Amino acid sequence: MGRTRVEDVTRAPEVYLDAASAQRLHPAARDTLLAALERGYADPRRLHGAGRDARLLLDNARAVVAECLGAQPDEVGFTASGTDAVHRGLLGLTTASGRDGIVHSAVEHSSVLHAVAWRPSPAHAGIGVDADGRVDLAALAAAARRPGVGAVALQAANQEVGTLQPVDEADLPAGVPLLVDAAAAVGHAPLPARWDALAASAHKWGGPAGVGVLVVRRGTRWTNPFPGDDGLDAIGGFPDVPGALAAAAALRETIAEQERTAARTFALVDRIRAAAAALPDTEVVGDPVRRLPHLVTFSCLYVGGDEIVAALARRGFAVASGSACTASTLEPSHVLAAMGALTHGNVRVSVGRETTVEDVDAFCAALTEEVHRIRAEAGL
Amino acid sequence: MSGPGPDAPRPSTELDCRDLPCPRPIIELAKALPSVAVGELLAVVARDPAARHDVPAWCRMRGQEYVGEDRAADGAPRYVVRRLS
Repeated sequence: MGRTRVEDVTRAPEVYLDAASAQRLHPAARDTLLAALERGYADPRRLHGAGRDARLLLDNARAVVAECLGAQPDEVGFTASGTDAVHRGLLGLTTASGRDGIVHSAVEHSSVLHAVAWRPSPAHAGIGVDADGRVDLAALAAAARRPGVGAVALQAANQEVGTLQPVDEADLPAGVPLLVDAAAAVGHAPLPARWDALAASAHKWGGPAGVGVLVVRRGTRWTNPFPGDDGLDAIGGFPDVPGALAAAAALRETIAEQERTAARTFALVDRIRAAAAALPDTEVVGDPVRRLPHLVTFSCLYVGGDEIVAALARRGFAVASGSACTASTLEPSHVLAAMGALTHGNVRVSVGRETTVEDVDAFCAALTEEVHRIRAEAGL
Repeated sequence: MSGPGPDAPRPSTELDCRDLPCPRPIIELAKALPSVAVGELLAVVARDPAARHDVPAWCRMRGQEYVGEDRAADGAPRYVVRRLS
């Protein structure tokens, strides 16, 4: 039997501009993870010494995450991913209410749309957005009052275009709980004050992948919608204690640095927005001011999303795209479509704590050259 | 989405982009625009799902009028544009 080998992926240094998909592990998370792997391997439900150690670490992780998110420790559960947190959070609210209908913005993350599709209801409603991607609050308020609605899902900020949603301004009826998908916003922007359940994902703030967070406020009716015990403590089975603790350590550091990092990344993204806006026939998408600090999306007419992403990768820049040709489904981004934005030639750039002004300026120069080259080759 | 309607004038040019991936239908549309007179209609037939969003977006960005979507004789989606400038 051969041993599984990790492929040698040595290659030219790449400027990583896809922090909104996943951040590099925060140094604080790396140290914590290694220490916790040594001490946090046991079942935290056991009463022996190793079990008590694991329990201590898990409780510590919950307390830190709770403090960072403005919650109580017993309101926090760790899930397998942000997607898992959204599924369990949203379907747990509707299960507890006995009403399957979910009202959501049209630009929610696919995890919300998948949860909605998974349990069909005539009361489901996707609410439209304006050209900046901001939800129509009047339509949201009206839909939430229809019979059969068990929950409302509204993101803190959009994962593709960065627009902050006016969550705290939403007028929702009593008895219809609100789940806020904060995966794109946690660690980057102030969170909405008002929610009944909140979902987040550690790899988006510099924690390890495979750790999601579901917070359910005390007094909110929520029940585990999937097989297994109720409650948030061991949601989904044996908890990843080292992962949870590393996620908590990364979150604490990220929140402590948030204002300083955000000021820097906001300015870096403004440079990219200006360079993209200066390209002919290019549309910069999303709110220019009320936005996440670290990401921007733009679409270039007559350019293939896969073409521009591959061209930039050859030049040493790692970026994402919402164009159909880059998606596993071969469908264009539902976010861009809902906004009425151009879906082809789409590039999403997101900067991290290591990104420098030099990185950004080199990227902008390469972008301009590649867009002109691709258009010239298309005969335009 | 509203179509051009039964009484609408026939587009003077129809582009067959049935089997072209995005963004080729939009590239062909841009290249064909100068061949129709201002005020005339131009249609593009495209199965690519991005065209449904990108033909209207192209019209908005390039200052042309998006008339609507209907079907070609074989049922393929057809998008109709009016040249304004």
